[in-house]
Amino acid sequence: MTPTIDSRPVLELKKVSKRFPTHTAVKEVSLEVAHGEFFSLLGPSGCGKTTTLRMIAGFEAPTEGEVWLNGARIDHLPPYRRNVNTVFQNYALFPHLTVRGNIEFGLRQKNETRQSEGDIAARVATVLDQVRMTGKESRMPPELSGGERQRVALARSLVLAPDVLLLDEPLSALDPQLRKQVRAELKDLQRRSGVTFLFVTHDQEEALAMSDRIAVMNAGAVEQTGPPQEIYQRPRTRFVASFLGAMNWIDGAGVRPECTRISYEPRLSRACAKGAVTEPRPSGRARDPRRGIVTRCVFLGSAVHVETRLESGESVIAQIPPTESFIEGDSVQIWWDANDELRFDA
Amino acid sequence: MKRLRAIFLTPAAALMALTLAVPTVIICAYSFLTRGVYGGVERPFTLENYTRLLDPLYAMIFARSFWIAGVATALCIALGFPLALFIARSGARKNLYLSLVILPFWTSFLIRTYAWMFLLRDTGLINTMLQELHVIRQPLPMLYNDGAVILGLVYGFLPFAVLPLYATLERLDRSLLEAAADLGARPRDTLFRVIIPLCAPGIRAGAILVFVPCLGTYLTSDLLGGSKTILIGNLVQNQFTASRDWPFGAAASVMLMLVALALLFAVRRRGEELL
Repeated sequence: MTPTIDSRPVLELKKVSKRFPTHTAVKEVSLEVAHGEFFSLLGPSGCGKTTTLRMIAGFEAPTEGEVWLNGARIDHLPPYRRNVNTVFQNYALFPHLTVRGNIEFGLRQKNETRQSEGDIAARVATVLDQVRMTGKESRMPPELSGGERQRVALARSLVLAPDVLLLDEPLSALDPQLRKQVRAELKDLQRRSGVTFLFVTHDQEEALAMSDRIAVMNAGAVEQTGPPQEIYQRPRTRFVASFLGAMNWIDGAGVRPECTRISYEPRLSRACAKGAVTEPRPSGRARDPRRGIVTRCVFLGSAVHVETRLESGESVIAQIPPTESFIEGDSVQIWWDANDELRFDA
Repeated sequence: MKRLRAIFLTPAAALMALTLAVPTVIICAYSFLTRGVYGGVERPFTLENYTRLLDPLYAMIFARSFWIAGVATALCIALGFPLALFIARSGARKNLYLSLVILPFWTSFLIRTYAWMFLLRDTGLINTMLQELHVIRQPLPMLYNDGAVILGLVYGFLPFAVLPLYATLERLDRSLLEAAADLGARPRDTLFRVIIPLCAPGIRAGAILVFVPCLGTYLTSDLLGGSKTILIGNLVQNQFTASRDWPFGAAASVMLMLVALALLFAVRRRGEELL
């Protein structure tokens, strides 16, 4: 199923700022999140992404600006009056309640709708199936594994059918092995449920792999918003460029390692050098080669990063296939295509 | 290492044995003996002291003691919980408030109880003031009744309820409260569905710490309850003094101990330590 993205924003932040006595955590952040979108807030720790999330959830009040949900302003409402739900970083499951008790917690609060017991049971069963926790309803949170706890936390929020599901680094408590698997599951769940996800993370790989759109935050402000490919390939600022992946800086231009070509010194022919894995693009706008020395080869499994030092002093990383290799101390030449250069004013 | 442990533990262990174990054994032994003419105990061994406790008169005293201790405990928890919650959330002023809770311990309990007498009696501060202000004509009967005893007990034992409640509330994970609000719980629902259930150990501990001493109290009931309010504590005290019936007093206190212990075990949860 392809996500149906409504053009009308379900969530809108208008110049939201949050000032604490000692510092400003969020500076005039404006965002529009569409219906059914998987939207990520990406940035290093302390960039204000969690504070932004907490202002949407209602745990913090913005100092300035407005938060709109489904066409209604919500920034003055307490958390229990907002139709958004949060998956907390530590999951915050109620330790005195079973899995079922945790999932039913929210359903039993919304008593205005007068749900019957059968109705509640049906909704719990559906969501348990969605997160593959059927049969574990009567477990207590301490008896669950990290992945299971995360799924219960998801189920507890999803069962309330929120307009937006807020996820505060929900994968960071899991071990790396599990993380990649859960990443796929989470994306899948989001597509199937059609719920809008606002995902906070500091892991650029996570954000790139899962998101429909990403807002990159730095020092309390959004530096760039866009689809993952756009953010990665056409970063608008130096910060976004370096935060989204390794970046070589040569003469003020940024070049990604996978766009950086490398070959042994004597062969000055641009195209046929060993290790020059990807041929220069047909644009033919290759930059003049530069000389350098291999300082290290880092084997990453699916690729090799060759670290070199140019004669001009810059450190440059070139990515080559795992079958290729260079020896430390070898003289090499480095070049790249002008189209792959990223230049920034600042 | 083992020797070092023995050296440091021996004084405390010896003191406990001497002041707790030995007197308990003596009291148990006395409770099975016959009263001496001028106090003290004589042989032969008998169970008569315990059968006497079955008399409705004494059963009433036990029931009354339980009632008063129960009401005092319930009030201590009900008053202590909001106070403990307030202190746990008052940030940097926590320590100030905690020391204020403990402050009364700096004065003797006896003197503080006398102070209550001064406040509550017919010619006391409250009645005099109300009369001077022409609010009342006749003094209000505030002293020498069960209400005065319960007031004195709640006043005296409130800190014992506040401290364990504070300890559990202070440890309470704040993200759980946020999660509750996030899932639609109003503050009142969060209180009853999250905070109180999670603080059950603190509530139990506080209740035990208040209930057990209240059950055995004699000073408060003697001073504030007058001759009308006789509790187990007063019964035991009388037997050892005025009545000179040590074995019966011993039997009553053994019974009190057994009942208190039984209660401790009853409220203990599976896998939880006593207290």
